[in-house]
Amino acid sequence: MIEAVGLTKRYGAKTAVYNLSFQVRPGTVTGFLGPNGSGKSTTMRMILGLDQPTSGHVTIGGHPFRSLPNAPRQVGALLDAKAVHGGRSARNHLLSLAQLAGIPAARVDEVLGVVGLQDVARQRSKGFSLGMGQRLGIAAALLGDPQVLLFDEPVNGLDPEGILWVRNLMKMLASEGRTVFVSSHLMSEMALTAEHLIVIGRGQLLADMNVKDFISANSADFARVRVAEGVPERREKLTASLTEAGGQVMSEPDGALRITGLPLPRISDVAHEADVRLWELSPHQASLEEAYMRMTQGAVDYRSTADQKAGLQQPVGHGYGQPDHGAPQPQVLEAPQQNWYAPPPPGQNPYATAPAEPAAATADPTERDTSEDAR
Amino acid sequence: MASVPAVLTSEWTKIRTVSSTVWTLISAFVVTVAMGAALCALMNSQFDDLPPAQRATFDPTFISFSGMVLGQLAMVVFGVLVVGTEYSSGMIRTSLAAVPQRGSFLFSKVAVAGVLALVVGIVTSFVAFFLGQALLGDHRTDIGAEHVLRAVVGGGIYMGLIGIFSMGAATMLRSSMLSLGILMPFFFLVSQILSAVPGAKKVARYFPDQAGSKIMQVVPDAMNSGTAPYGPWGGLGILLAWVAAALLGGYLVLKKRDA
Repeated sequence: MIEAVGLTKRYGAKTAVYNLSFQVRPGTVTGFLGPNGSGKSTTMRMILGLDQPTSGHVTIGGHPFRSLPNAPRQVGALLDAKAVHGGRSARNHLLSLAQLAGIPAARVDEVLGVVGLQDVARQRSKGFSLGMGQRLGIAAALLGDPQVLLFDEPVNGLDPEGILWVRNLMKMLASEGRTVFVSSHLMSEMALTAEHLIVIGRGQLLADMNVKDFISANSADFARVRVAEGVPERREKLTASLTEAGGQVMSEPDGALRITGLPLPRISDVAHEADVRLWELSPHQASLEEAYMRMTQGAVDYRSTADQKAGLQQPVGHGYGQPDHGAPQPQVLEAPQQNWYAPPPPGQNPYATAPAEPAAATADPTERDTSEDAR
Repeated sequence: MASVPAVLTSEWTKIRTVSSTVWTLISAFVVTVAMGAALCALMNSQFDDLPPAQRATFDPTFISFSGMVLGQLAMVVFGVLVVGTEYSSGMIRTSLAAVPQRGSFLFSKVAVAGVLALVVGIVTSFVAFFLGQALLGDHRTDIGAEHVLRAVVGGGIYMGLIGIFSMGAATMLRSSMLSLGILMPFFFLVSQILSAVPGAKKVARYFPDQAGSKIMQVVPDAMNSGTAPYGPWGGLGILLAWVAAALLGGYLVLKKRDA
């Protein structure tokens, strides 16, 4: 059991973690989610007593880390896969750690087998790939057979087989009654691995709930409706009618409406009764990733901007086998991107239009142009 | 709480499983012995051409340790790397997560590396002495002569202490590059140059290497090296004070700062 109470960490004027309180319970995998620079690693370091909190405190099993008796036997941690002396072999690295806690050398060979590094155990870790480094870090965490395990981004650099292995390992460790705390910036990964989620952004707690609750609360279905253009008041009229019928209506940047709480046929009926012509009525499901993005959107520190590449590229033809509409198209419309590393600026949500894009686009070239301009 | 013997064992494993340990210590030995031998041979052949002042204070023991000016630099590298690679690799976080008691961590590391440095220093010192004397011909001295054993053992202790001083400095600076960038020019250039400048001499003789090397002199102010207001043991005491200060500083930095 890890318990943080009012954890705050400031580096000079920058607040890395602010007033963070949470509990990580044994027997489940708890995912620790947040964008890059949101304070995940700082929190992990504070749990391990490496960084001193500016205020607040964090305990493991009721004790601050630094006063734990024989810490390596109780807490295992993977903080940074590259945190090994490159000139030392994997086995010697683990041996030096094992000796600290009085762990026999036989256990070193055991964990090397568990993580699948037995064949390279005597090679210098300098030549290890990132994935091998992660395995070595996981081996170090498992060394003392601890009840509490912390993993900072353990799947970084692993191949699909490795990711699956880590996922199953976490679940197995948790099923043995251990406390497993895993940080990640990948919502999709956490949705598959964790049972409980702690989401932070800019060092503050955004959510602390069961994954199932998180999914049901955040990935609601919605319908996308586009009203025939040229008559703006129709849109207001439809919004009013739909709200009256019990739906929640949100406006999307390109002028479409996002409606939740009403089934598609009902929306069609309401539009018909209100005498509003529709150009689009399509079902959508907000992904978990999207829910996470929405949640952390205001809390992203490092955001990419569009690379204009002005003059560097030849104009590209209209790809994707679509007919040429004759209309001047500034760019080829990109296929739906599931790019979770580079969230768009607030107020622009490429995912909103993504799933139904190809159909809608082919049906209506002019609409495509407007949506391009809106970006 | 990780017990001290456990931390010592672990630190010994760490130190013996990286090749930089072997290379830096071997260079410290080879450079000191080889350069000392070369200078002894040179002195032997050129003794009659020496200025009278140098001839009057000729110290065959001290001459055989002339290689330490360079050899100590390898010792500095050893001391810096022992601590610095923990920081440059990020291993320090793993180490401190396993040994939350930072005092035990630092002093176990320094104890293991320090003992190793002292052992290599003593061996180097004795080999340099005997080889040097063999090459000095008629000007040689004997290990049984007055103060000579003190100088030879002292030379070994000096080398070890320079290594330990570097460990303390590297703990304070938390970086191999920074530590080497400061310590190497200091020992190789600044200290040597200032000790030759009349005005700065008075300050320079309290520098760790200037004060500590007095222990290697059998003849006071050997080779016309200038008088000092302290004796050989006083000089070693000054070096010890520097080492203690560096370790204390390192300990405070390690304790206070986030890893």
